[in-house]
Amino acid sequence: MNKESKKKIDVKDAFEKGKAFIGFVTGGDPSIEKSEEIILRMVEAGCDLIEIGIPFSDPIAEGPVIQEANIRALSVGTTTDKIFGLAENVRRKTDVPLVLLTYLNPVFHYGYEGFFARCRESGINGIIIPDMPYEEKGELEQYGKKYGVDLISLIAPTSEERIKKIANGAEGFVYVVSSMGVTGVRSEITTDLESMISAVRKATDTPAAVGFGVNTPKQAAQIAKIADGVIVGSAIVKIIARYGDEAGEHVYRYVKEMKDAILQ
Amino acid sequence: MSKGRYGVHGGQYIPETLMNEIIRLEESYEYYKKDPEFQRELTDLLNNYAGRPSLLYYAKKMSEDLGGAKIYIKREDLNHTGSHKINNVLGQVLLAKKMGKTRVIAETGAGQHGVATATAAALLGLECEIFMGKEDTIRQALNVYRMELLGAKVHPVTTGTMTLKDAVNETMREWTNRVQDTLYVLGSVMGPHPFPMVVRDFQSVIGREAKKQILEREGKLPSAVVACVGGGSNAMGMFYDFIPEAGVRLIGCEAAGKGIHTKEHAATITKGTPGVFHGMKSYFCQDEYGQIAPVYSISAGLDYPGIGPEHAHLHDIGRAEYVPVTDEEAVSAFEYLAKTEGIICAIESAHAVAHVRKIAPYMKQEDIVIICLSGRGDKDVAAIARYRGVDIHE
Repeated sequence: MNKESKKKIDVKDAFEKGKAFIGFVTGGDPSIEKSEEIILRMVEAGCDLIEIGIPFSDPIAEGPVIQEANIRALSVGTTTDKIFGLAENVRRKTDVPLVLLTYLNPVFHYGYEGFFARCRESGINGIIIPDMPYEEKGELEQYGKKYGVDLISLIAPTSEERIKKIANGAEGFVYVVSSMGVTGVRSEITTDLESMISAVRKATDTPAAVGFGVNTPKQAAQIAKIADGVIVGSAIVKIIARYGDEAGEHVYRYVKEMKDAILQ
Repeated sequence: MSKGRYGVHGGQYIPETLMNEIIRLEESYEYYKKDPEFQRELTDLLNNYAGRPSLLYYAKKMSEDLGGAKIYIKREDLNHTGSHKINNVLGQVLLAKKMGKTRVIAETGAGQHGVATATAAALLGLECEIFMGKEDTIRQALNVYRMELLGAKVHPVTTGTMTLKDAVNETMREWTNRVQDTLYVLGSVMGPHPFPMVVRDFQSVIGREAKKQILEREGKLPSAVVACVGGGSNAMGMFYDFIPEAGVRLIGCEAAGKGIHTKEHAATITKGTPGVFHGMKSYFCQDEYGQIAPVYSISAGLDYPGIGPEHAHLHDIGRAEYVPVTDEEAVSAFEYLAKTEGIICAIESAHAVAHVRKIAPYMKQEDIVIICLSGRGDKDVAAIARYRGVDIHE
């Protein structure tokens, strides 16, 4: 399946069969081997797109849950190259679109050309960089195009009139940040998501998926009514933190429940 | 390429949630910079509250003892709150108030910027919350209490290395949580545009005054100006007006901690590599995969893995020099200045004093060197005693 000639995998594939469930794990938490197992169980449970986080020493957009996952992953010696290795292994076993979530510094330090070339080689289809806003995207665009890696843009509750220009050139999907602040489980999402999503829809046909704070099947079902996809990170990472090496089965059951909820 | 560039450095590498706020800040700053009323109020605060202009003091004994260049000391330690930090916070907190903000947040390392921000917030009637690495709240416990006396809430930061970089992380996180009524008062010439420019402009009063004072006193420009560099705000403030004066050497002193051959230092230009962090492209201490390195210095204010983008650029083009100074050299300079001139300076500033001790003897008597003495050393006395193995009970 890893041969490019067989099938061109695209981020947008995730949205072809209806509402998408997008799951996040920090690569290397609790270990590279276990990350692979957890990702494959997520796919088995119906996950339509996988976000793999490259652990970073100072993840300024993350709340405590994912911060701690970053520390765990780094403390077992996870590196950018090992994350590419993980992606390669996953890609051999599944056609699910794979997206990296990383801060810009690991990409910059690796070298843009080399990083994007490795993305293509290892079957990565897109990249999300939370500390690279629209204004700075220009320096990566040529590499994304050259190596067929979508640069996924984020919009936030504060984006207002910026939504139009951001959504206009969006690739893959538009990541709609549901709430102010950092990532993490929230009991309630108070942002007017409908008007954010309708502003996105006015500017582009690219699917819109909502993340930050989503954790219960009920929230997921509500969001699926208005968006094309639901992104869940901290809730999954929390299960991994709790069960460690035994997390696979627990994550499987959680993802299945969430996926069922959004399909209803 | 986006706004706020210094050569390849600078930029605005921050989450989308903050972008509109950063743009608003830039627009407000550009507006008030040209507003005579704002400038009048700020000058009034600087002169009649903070005690500017600060003295340019001729360090006669030190000059004679070192036997080379004539040494002048720009006494930022005599400002209200005891450091150069007040110059910037009066500007930024006044700006926050004009923008209609009711709350300011800030990071602090040694506590000087936190104390200054809490002071300005108290004076101008804004709510204030300070984020400080837990490690630093222990090293600088007195400053924590000072901030609380001034009405600020201090949050000890327990993530990462629990020092300045983590305090910046946490303040940025808090800002994404609440931007509507809150301004992040950044303490150094770092972070996303427009902060490096805003802080530099507010600090440039140091060099502007120093230039005028030295011309009045000596009728000529100095051969060199020397300042310590963490993020680099006092250095940039001192350097800025001298940048066009090609004959003036600009020397920044970085914290070399236990030595640049060890891993325990914060010598960003000497040992760092290009990177993107805390909203800016610049030099950072980091590993082969771009993970930000834990840095170390006896000085909490210089204990930072990066440097402001304008400094990175001045280094690239060879306009400024950046030199490493170890803990031991800084402590010894701290003691030297106390005994020679009767001035107890901040351990940060002692890094600049230490370098001048090295270079002044090799300079000619007609040469003039100005040291930017960024802060006073009361806060460091206990730590220096500990370093020397002296047991004192506070």
